[in-house]
Amino acid sequence: MADTLSSERLPVRAETGREVVTFEARTASPIPLDLAFSLRAGEVTGLFGASGSGKTTILRTIAGLWCPARARVTCNRAVWYDSERRIHVPPHRRRVGLVFQDYALFPHMTAAANVAAALTHLPKAEREARARALLALVGLQGFEQRRPAELSGGQKQRVAVARALARDPEVLLLDEPFSALDRAVRVALYREIEALRTRLACPIVLVTHDFEEVARLADRVIVLQRGRMIAEGDVGTISARADIPIIAAAAEAGTVLVATLVEVLQERRLAVLDTPAGRLLAPLFDAAPGARLRVRIPSRDVILADRVPEGLSVHNALHGTVAEIAPRPGAVADVAVAVGDALLRAQVMEDAVARLGLVPGRPVVALVKSVAVTVPGA
Amino acid sequence: MDWEAFVLSIELGGATVLGLAPIALWAGRALAYGEFRGKGFVEALIALPLLLPPTVVGFYLLQAFGRHSPLGQGFEALTGHLLAFSFEGLLVALMLVNIPFSFQPIQRAFENIEPSVREAGAVCGLSPRQVFLRIELPLAWPGIVTALVLTFAHTMGEFGVVLMVGGSIPGETKTIAIAIYDRVQAFDDRSANIMALTLLSVSIAALGITNTLSRRIGRRRG
Repeated sequence: MADTLSSERLPVRAETGREVVTFEARTASPIPLDLAFSLRAGEVTGLFGASGSGKTTILRTIAGLWCPARARVTCNRAVWYDSERRIHVPPHRRRVGLVFQDYALFPHMTAAANVAAALTHLPKAEREARARALLALVGLQGFEQRRPAELSGGQKQRVAVARALARDPEVLLLDEPFSALDRAVRVALYREIEALRTRLACPIVLVTHDFEEVARLADRVIVLQRGRMIAEGDVGTISARADIPIIAAAAEAGTVLVATLVEVLQERRLAVLDTPAGRLLAPLFDAAPGARLRVRIPSRDVILADRVPEGLSVHNALHGTVAEIAPRPGAVADVAVAVGDALLRAQVMEDAVARLGLVPGRPVVALVKSVAVTVPGA
Repeated sequence: MDWEAFVLSIELGGATVLGLAPIALWAGRALAYGEFRGKGFVEALIALPLLLPPTVVGFYLLQAFGRHSPLGQGFEALTGHLLAFSFEGLLVALMLVNIPFSFQPIQRAFENIEPSVREAGAVCGLSPRQVFLRIELPLAWPGIVTALVLTFAHTMGEFGVVLMVGGSIPGETKTIAIAIYDRVQAFDDRSANIMALTLLSVSIAALGITNTLSRRIGRRRG
């Protein structure tokens, strides 16, 4: 099998930023919250869960719009909220950027005025130019004088993002920012946010019930259920957790890997990627070597074998061991395969599990039929 | 045309609007955003003058303003004249009668502002005062103007309460609405007609203004 790459791996770059926000809440009513976490600089944390899991309440607590009976929030060592010591810094004194689900633009102001309204920390003379620059940053040159009613959904979202960035926030909060948009607009805006995050040093929190958004944008995921954290970890680990129903049910279940482009094989029209699961070959795409990427491997596109078969069209055959087997409805099973530092999810027939004698700990070869690559900021 | 009555009506309307505006602004906003026990009861009480016959309101106010009530006695001790049958008495009566006309449109106007828009103001770094001045007031403005125009027009045309509380003292309490009644009683249809037409135009203008403003709100939301 000439195309099989060695499973030699590069060390995974440690992405541990400075701790910026700490959050802890323990309340039973009216909205139950029982969790603690922290947010680190330069990291996108996805708060993922069904509606009613407390995602939005957590964001509102960080912003100061909601005061749980028992909670504590700090930001850059300053206490923003402490129910015990009765400390509550009001929202307008917290440097927070919040993109509301419905954008909440000021309907009586132009796009530029909406952004300038959040620039009260600057001298009056500088606000207009800064507002223009921020609108340009989100690709809205020429729309400065439009009112929200004259903007499309995607443009409104961009204004909301520009306004959230205007305060030079210590933490940026995105509350289901894509839920009101149709798919085509959404994908364009994912790219916008992906590009933005590389320029921002502050932690970003993305609240969503769409795992695709988490897979594309988040570094770390917190899975919420009724105000509790039922899982937490990097996107790759969480996306392989077939035991969490809400993850397993995520429509296009699969594995997400953070990858680096190592080399481009022009004559074979292939790209060589370094991932925690080892080297992968992917169809050629437009990026320079060294670029940080996301690779998504749908679990349906992973075939398990007991050895590397010969004469196969598949480019990627990865050696690993079975970590876990979870039965799914419809005579299929979700098999998690530990490959290098990653867990790869494969969806196979239950019959195949029996035929191959798959049990945890057994060595297998994972054949990856398709590799979807997203380039942040492309 | 009884110019004295006309001028008095304009003065009374203006004074009612000026006196009621700050109260209505505060109360309308408090009712829109405040959650307190007995809010429903307070709202019903505010709407009461809409249902009560003006003569009933006038009768109770007359009792309250008269020489036998503490309020009437207090006012007389302070100013030397009776509250009933005076401009001041009429002003207080008209402010009370106009509570629903002024409170309700202002309350609705503040209620119609999306909560997230006000929250966005705070998250943008605006203090509660700045949120009120830069976000709430501009958005509620058409509703506030509607409330004040309705109050003015309603004051110009109020009859029952004015007759009961004010009597018909020329230059003091004889408003244009009372003057029309006076002229009709005296079979002076020509004067009555001119004054009736004046009131009609005031009412049509008021409706025109309020309609235009409410359409403006609709357009902005679009």
